[in-house]
Amino acid sequence: MTQAGPETPAGAQDIVFDHVVKTYPNATVPAVDDLSLTVPAGEICVLLGPSGSGKTTALMMVNRLAEITGGDIRIGGRSILDLDPIRLRRSIGYVIQQTGLFPHLTIAENVATVPKVLGWDKKRLRERVGELLELVGLPAGEYGRRYPAQLSGGQRQRVGIARALAADPPVMLMDEPFGALDPITREHVQDEFLALHARIRKTVIFVSHDIDEAVKMGDRIAIFREGGKLAQYDTPRTLLKEPADAFVARFVGADRGLKRLTLTRLADLADAGALTPARDADAALPQLAADASLRSALSLMVAEGTDAVRVTEPRGPADGSDGTGPVLGVASLDAVRKAGAA
Amino acid sequence: MDTFLGSFTFMGDQLPLLLEKTGQHIWMCVIVVAVSLAVAVPLGLWLGHLHKGEFLTTSISNIGRALPNLAVIAIGLGIFGLNFTNIAVALLITAIPPILSQTYLAVDQVDPDLVRSARGMGLTPAQVLLKVELPLALPLLFSGVRIAVVYVISSATLATVAGGGGLGDIVLGQATYGLEGVIAAALWVAVLALAADGALALLQRVLVPKGLRTAGR
Repeated sequence: MTQAGPETPAGAQDIVFDHVVKTYPNATVPAVDDLSLTVPAGEICVLLGPSGSGKTTALMMVNRLAEITGGDIRIGGRSILDLDPIRLRRSIGYVIQQTGLFPHLTIAENVATVPKVLGWDKKRLRERVGELLELVGLPAGEYGRRYPAQLSGGQRQRVGIARALAADPPVMLMDEPFGALDPITREHVQDEFLALHARIRKTVIFVSHDIDEAVKMGDRIAIFREGGKLAQYDTPRTLLKEPADAFVARFVGADRGLKRLTLTRLADLADAGALTPARDADAALPQLAADASLRSALSLMVAEGTDAVRVTEPRGPADGSDGTGPVLGVASLDAVRKAGAA
Repeated sequence: MDTFLGSFTFMGDQLPLLLEKTGQHIWMCVIVVAVSLAVAVPLGLWLGHLHKGEFLTTSISNIGRALPNLAVIAIGLGIFGLNFTNIAVALLITAIPPILSQTYLAVDQVDPDLVRSARGMGLTPAQVLLKVELPLALPLLFSGVRIAVVYVISSATLATVAGGGGLGDIVLGQATYGLEGVIAAALWVAVLALAADGALALLQRVLVPKGLRTAGR
C-alpha cells in the first residue's frame, strides 16, 4: 500500500471470551462450546478450523450478529451485553468474504457508510474517505466515484478494509476476508494488510480455514474442532512445534516442520550469528535475499542440489528475492535445520 | 378491412369523445395504481425484509391471476352494488398481486451477505431496508409495477359494466358507436398501455442506482 500519513491509533482494546456458549434454537449441540480465550490488544488472532467448527459463530458473537447464550465477551473490559447492539457494531470494523460492498453505492459512499450514520458533517466525511482510500492505495480522486463492479477483486477487498476502518474502531472482525481471491492476489492483499496492521495496530479477529493463511497472518491461532470446541490457542510457532493433540497435528498438516520454516527469515539467522562468512569457493552457491524465509532457502537447496545458500542484502521489493546486494554470508543446511527446530 | 380503416376515421371524427373517455380512463387507473402502490409496496418491503410471507404473497399473486376481472365485478355487484367502489375493488385485485409479489421477491432475494454486512456495520433495521434492500430491490420492484399498470389500463375497460366510464364505454358500446368505434377505442387502450409502460421504463432508468446498471453490463 502507498505511504499515507500515520494513522492515529485509537487505543486498541483486548477482547476476552469468557466461557462463551452459543446454542442455536432447535439445535441439540452447541455451535460454540465453553470458549475462553483472550486476544491481547493490537494483535491478530486467527480463528481456524474445519467448516461447522463454530469459528464464524464465535466471530459473529463479538458484534452480536449472533447473541451469546452463555458466558460473556468483554472488549476493553466492557461486556458487549451492556451495550446497545447498534452502537456496539458501529464501534467495530467488519469485513466479510466478497467484502459485502454495496453495488449501488460508489467506492467513496461505501467507505462513508458508518461515519454517515454516525452523523459526521460533510467536510469531515470527505476528508476521512480521502485519507482511508489513500491508506489502502486507491486515491479518492481516481477511485472514489467508481462503483464496486468497476474494480478488481483485490481492489474491492482493499475498499472493504478501508470501509471497516472508517470510524477508526479499536477492534476489527474479518470473516474469511480474502477467501474469494485468487492465490496471487490473496498473497498480495495479505502482505498489504499486515503492513497496514503494523501501522494501525487494531485488535483483529480473523476467521480462516487455511492453515497457511493463519500462520502468516496470526499473532495467535485458535484452532476449533467440530462441535465448537477450542482445540488449541497458541502462537503459530508453538502450534506448529507442539500440537496439543492428534486433531491439531492432522489439521496443521504433516509438513508442519516446513511451515515453521516460513516463520523465520534468513535475516533472523544473520542476526543470530548463524551464518558462516562467505569464502571464494562459495561463489558457485545459489543466492537468496535475506528477507526470504528459511523455507525458501531449503527449497532452493533442494532444487539446486546444494547444502548451502549465499545470503545477500535485500535490495528492496522491486528486485525480488534473488536481488544482488552485498553478500552477508552463507546459510548451511545444518543452520537452517537447527533454526527450524528451535 | 374497411371497418379497421374506418376506426381511424372514427378517431378523427370523435376525437373530443375519445379524449374525454381517455381522461376518465387515466384518472381511474391513476387512483387504482396509487392505492395499490401505497398498500403493496410497504407490505412487500416489510415482508421481504423479514423473509416471511412467501406463502401469503404467492397465494395472493395466484388468486389475482386466477380470478377474471369480470367475475370479480359480478361478485362485487352483489356486495357493493353498481358503483365505482365495485370497479375499484376489481382493479385493485388486479394491481396489488403483481406489485406485492415482486416487491416481496425483490427484497427477499437481496444477497444475504450484503444484509449481514450492513447489519454488522451497525445500520438499524430501517436503514438496512431503506439504504440497502430497497435500492437493490428497485429493478424487480419496477417490473411488478409495470405489469400492474398494463393490467390495470386494459382491465379498466370493464369499468363500463358498472357505470364507471372510461374507454370501455366505447369498446363495449358497439350498439352506440359501431364496430369502427369499438376498434378505435380498443387501439386507443392498447396505445395507452404501451405508452404508460414506456414512461415507466424511462422512470426506472432514472431511479435505479447507476451502480446496478454498471454491474449488469
